[in-house]
Amino acid sequence: MLKKLTSTSAVAALSLSVLAAGVQAGETVDAVMDKGYVQCGVNTSLAGFSNATGGEWAGLDVDVCRAVAAAMLGDSEAVRFTALTANQRFTALQSGEVDILSRNTTWTLTRDTSLGLNFAGVNYYDGQGFMVRKDLGVSSALELSGAAICVEPGTTTELNLADYFRAKGMDFEPVVIENTSEVTAAFFAGRCDVYTTDASGLASARNVSAENPADYIILPEIISKEPLGPAVRHGDDEFMDIVRWTLNAMIEAEEYGVTSSNVDEMRDTSTNPGIQRLLGATPGLGEALGLEEDWAYNIIDQVGNYGESYQTNVTELLGLERGINALWTDGGLMYAQPVR
Amino acid sequence: MSPKHSKKSDVSPILTLIYDKTFRSVVYQILVFGGVFLLGWYLVSNTMANLEAQDIATGFGFLEREAAFGISESIIAYSPASSYGQALLVGITNTLKVASIGIVLATILGTIIGIATVSKNWLLRFMGVTYIETFRNIPVLLQLIFWYALINRGLPNIRSALNPIEGVFLSNRGLYIPVMADHPAWSWVGAGFIVGIIGAIALRKWSLKRLEATGHIFPHLSVGLGIIVVVPFLVWLVFGAPMELNVPAIQGFNFQGGARMSPEFTALLLGLTLYTTTYIAEVVRSGIQSVPYGQTEAATSLGLRSTWIMRLIVLPQALRVIIPPLTNQYLNLTKNSSLAVAIGYPDLVSVSNTTMNQTGQAVEGVAIFMTVYLSISLLVSFFMNWYNKRMSLVER
Repeated sequence: MLKKLTSTSAVAALSLSVLAAGVQAGETVDAVMDKGYVQCGVNTSLAGFSNATGGEWAGLDVDVCRAVAAAMLGDSEAVRFTALTANQRFTALQSGEVDILSRNTTWTLTRDTSLGLNFAGVNYYDGQGFMVRKDLGVSSALELSGAAICVEPGTTTELNLADYFRAKGMDFEPVVIENTSEVTAAFFAGRCDVYTTDASGLASARNVSAENPADYIILPEIISKEPLGPAVRHGDDEFMDIVRWTLNAMIEAEEYGVTSSNVDEMRDTSTNPGIQRLLGATPGLGEALGLEEDWAYNIIDQVGNYGESYQTNVTELLGLERGINALWTDGGLMYAQPVR
Repeated sequence: MSPKHSKKSDVSPILTLIYDKTFRSVVYQILVFGGVFLLGWYLVSNTMANLEAQDIATGFGFLEREAAFGISESIIAYSPASSYGQALLVGITNTLKVASIGIVLATILGTIIGIATVSKNWLLRFMGVTYIETFRNIPVLLQLIFWYALINRGLPNIRSALNPIEGVFLSNRGLYIPVMADHPAWSWVGAGFIVGIIGAIALRKWSLKRLEATGHIFPHLSVGLGIIVVVPFLVWLVFGAPMELNVPAIQGFNFQGGARMSPEFTALLLGLTLYTTTYIAEVVRSGIQSVPYGQTEAATSLGLRSTWIMRLIVLPQALRVIIPPLTNQYLNLTKNSSLAVAIGYPDLVSVSNTTMNQTGQAVEGVAIFMTVYLSISLLVSFFMNWYNKRMSLVER
């Protein structure tokens, strides 16, 4: 509720800080090293991706921030989180309030260019879906003409929704509420017939927020591509590199079978030159990034590889299988650029 | 001219300038203006440089581009194919809609409750004061969220909508009421209404003139109201008294037809009205109490009727005290309407937020909505100042 109170003023204040403060162009790495923590913008509440339970932030997006902190500072706990609504997130990143935006954010051309952001990669391949109450008797998105649809403002979801209904010549009434937990609450209260967001978000809302998950179904149509990933602002290529290769290292570690439980053993005994380079037994990669040689070791040791993070946060909590987020060797899309 | 004198005038120009009041004040004003200008210039150029350094798009070109997002309610034409400019216009009209209806309702309610708090009846007074103290002391944002939650969770869902009167449906999708079906007669009835108002104003002028000339009193208030009602009614009869209704009926997911008040609009209007009413009631109470009781006694001793005392003696003097703080309350209500963003009513701030987020042009977006709120506020103040001047006592 406090978030609500400040959301509008935050946008105004943030744009003021663009007015007044000098930009830390090219200095994010130095700034992070100096202050000793990474400031990370995450979702206010999206179980599986970023959710504060018992005061501890957890989720797939949160793990990206922890991994960056582990790589840069050797401590995955050296992160401070800023919970952001969809509307606040870009201004917060642009104005320097956060260093990384890891908030289930879709990578699009406009955001990559005119918003002054750079996406470091993709940590979850998603697509937009629709959820309805089972007793409405709807079995396809094509039957939704005239429905009231709950959606978060300032998202690609909001735009895809309008595009989809326009293309199919159908009407809808958007019910636009800023906070993720408020918009799901409005849906579960029956204000809307339909809730639309990324399929992972629907699963998260149904499995975690609904009183009785069995009352709701997710319709088969997936109407968009939503590659979600961490973003940084223009102007610091070094920092961008660190975030990008942190993500790659997590995926590559899974490809090599390096996990948080066997990482010590792998570093000491593995004869695979790729693993030795990754974990810093053969030096060179850390220096290239401007980091310690154990940067990737720290990530795997403290946070885990991509598969571990997915398993704890997404599969166990939301019941979503790997699907297209499986490794490319298993027929999915997760493919690390060679860490060498 | 003596040499001494000319020598003195050689020294004096600077000193006279320094000690010259007008000169000094001009210098100070130039310094202050220059300082403000430099500060503004610094902020603008620094912003431009920062935005450029981060490759963030600038300028107002985005207003022409397609908005591509939906807006739930609008009194002007809008679809996702419309431009961002049109979307912002929808936001502005939605803000004006809720603000103007809220101002009218809050004024009426506030006057009634304000009068109740100075009533001789103990119960009325008690209820008025309780209402004021309750609603004034809860932050308006919480009230909005409360009303919205009450509508969403307290009212039945659309399939089991309450149907208190034939054709009226109340559910958590909002209130649906029947309206008159489209008929050419209705625009003529509207014209008749305006003609009636003009007629009533003319009647008032004539009756006042006659009062001054002859001393005869003409009941211009009741006759004037009569004209305003009768003229449109006659027009309606002339057009064959169309009675056809457009009744809302459930069709697919929602009601079709009729008029609708959305839950977001209802919650916002309720919250803003009930909150601002408390302040207006206090303003009205203080206005009435500011007129000394001696005025009423004097009027009574002249033999004036009590309704006349209120209308001719107390109210004109009370209004002088009431109008300036009333203006503040109108401005507050208008500005508070920006809290709509919390409950999803598409007001200017809500639409601007979305626009800023989709285009990334926060500085321009904030500039636009600040300008709009400033203009609305200035317009309200100008109007109220004009009204205040008209109402102030004419010194003789």
